[in-house]
Amino acid sequence: MRSKMLRNMMAIRAAEGRIQELFLENVIRGTTHLCDGQEAVSVGMAAVIDAARGDTVTCTYRGHGHALALGMSLNSLFAEMMGKEAGCSKGKGGSMHLTDMANGLIGTFAIVGAGLPVTNGAALTAQIKGTGAISISIFGDGTPNIGAWHEAVNLAAVWKLPAIFLCENNLYGEYSPYETTAPVPHVADRACAYGIPGVIVDGQDAEAVYAVVEEAAERARAGLGPTLIEAKTYRYRGHSRTDAAPYRKPGELDEWLAKDPITILSDRMIADHQITPEGLDGLWDETHRAVQAATEFAMEQPYPPLEAAYEDIWV
Amino acid sequence: MPVITYREAVVRALDEEMARDPDVIFFGEDVGKAGGVFKVTPGLFEKYGPVRVRDTPISENAIIGAGIGAAVTGLRPVVELMFADFAAVTLDQIINQAAKMRYMSGGQIRVPLTIRAAQGGGAGFGSQHSQCCEAWFMHAPGLKVVVPSNPADVLGLLKTAIRDDNPVVFLEHKFQYAEKGEVPDGEHLIPFGNATVVRKGDHVTLVAVQKMVSVAAKAAEVLEAEGISCEIIDPRTLVPLDMETILASVRKTGRLITVEEAVQAGGWGADVATRVTDEAIWSLEGPVIRVTLGQSIIPFSGPLESHVIPSPERVVAAVRRALDV
Repeated sequence: MRSKMLRNMMAIRAAEGRIQELFLENVIRGTTHLCDGQEAVSVGMAAVIDAARGDTVTCTYRGHGHALALGMSLNSLFAEMMGKEAGCSKGKGGSMHLTDMANGLIGTFAIVGAGLPVTNGAALTAQIKGTGAISISIFGDGTPNIGAWHEAVNLAAVWKLPAIFLCENNLYGEYSPYETTAPVPHVADRACAYGIPGVIVDGQDAEAVYAVVEEAAERARAGLGPTLIEAKTYRYRGHSRTDAAPYRKPGELDEWLAKDPITILSDRMIADHQITPEGLDGLWDETHRAVQAATEFAMEQPYPPLEAAYEDIWV
Repeated sequence: MPVITYREAVVRALDEEMARDPDVIFFGEDVGKAGGVFKVTPGLFEKYGPVRVRDTPISENAIIGAGIGAAVTGLRPVVELMFADFAAVTLDQIINQAAKMRYMSGGQIRVPLTIRAAQGGGAGFGSQHSQCCEAWFMHAPGLKVVVPSNPADVLGLLKTAIRDDNPVVFLEHKFQYAEKGEVPDGEHLIPFGNATVVRKGDHVTLVAVQKMVSVAAKAAEVLEAEGISCEIIDPRTLVPLDMETILASVRKTGRLITVEEAVQAGGWGADVATRVTDEAIWSLEGPVIRVTLGQSIIPFSGPLESHVIPSPERVVAAVRRALDV
């Protein structure tokens, strides 16, 4: 599991870096929301998901990392980013709208709070059909302030749905620091209002994230209802493409870079003789080559035919 | 053929589909134990139990979202919003999520969700419980929009809605719940996009849905005594819309009037009117007229409410203007 988590975190980091370059080169249009720094949440969460069992995920528009961790191919992601027919959503979704049903990803929702109510429905299917599946909704620290969040957590608690609400608290809701928009110090503090567990976890430690999500999944499958998990993490970049994040406190980025999720796991693996420093370098080379190959693949792909604009609206 | 009410047709459709398909579930505010605030869904909770028939908190976003998620993952939910006006609380889930998910996912997702809601004015419920809201949903490609005017159509269209693989907004007219009508024995399914000619006529085409069908019919009776013959068409579904039946009628009568219990701007009649002028303008022998709510909000006061909602008298006046008599 460590090896897979490490490789996926490296793929996410390399992909996000390349995506930013491609935006600056105008190869990718629109906007994007990158997740460098938050990779441990993606891979820790994904290690719990079994799409074959029916597990599902909804997440936010900062979703490239979750999609990759769940198993979306780099080719599919990069083609989607470029609006190409070979993309996961045939180029019609883009950076903010990734879906990969084969790997359990219902969607990366671009409306804050919209994914939680939908995760409840997926959990309801699991509950009624008795599949043992769970559904996880991943959201940011700004999301508990929107009504849909409250409605969804409340309903899941009342119906004891096999759902997990996983907050990536990266300290900022868009440009606003968490403490300026929330009245309690931790997102997890809100769990008491719904009579459900609220758990805080180090969001830079992939194995720790996995452990708490797995425990919440076992609780959900046992019929005990949802868990609210708050992963303390940090985004290395601004909110979106045009945000240079001038609102950061001095030294804050460096503090978090010292708690880098890839370094934490790779150091642990080196100490346990599961990888050598040279092996790690080799893995980075391999990862960057894969990302470059996906970039070239996507650039060579055709755009969708124009009639596709009027397809996939109704079944 | 048995005679049942509009209200009974709703519960019969739900009952038949829940009996036929175990994936059909039903939830909303007070729809279970209480049988719904309009007493439309009695007996389902007792028959199908608390797993498949659920009362929800007053949480419209959570209701629609749970319906979407359940639909995406293999169930066939029917959810109730009680008053259609309440859809405004959850337009994000309906318009940004349910309607767009299939498109944004490149066709990976299906949302076989039926959203039931009661709309319409006429009994002093005031501005936030009386609006005809169909235009909100027509502006969201991906949704289908159903507007039944009688018990048989409620039965046949609701069963079709539940079997449809798309999100369907099924709007019931709350002041028609007690109206009675014949329904066929046995299985009754009506395909979407299939308008019905309610009354045959030669001089003018009246297009109306829900309660306005009977308003148009009353106007037609008045006019018949004067030798003016009205053809009345009920589209039954606004998305998809059966333009062929409307165009064929207008080509015969040369005149078109829409009767809409909804706000004028952006209403379905505007779309019908422009499509008729686009495809059949040379058949027109008079102005295309829309009888609507105008640019008003449904008021509480009885005389004011009656004033804004189209009446047979206003339809008669419109027909006279169209015929220049």
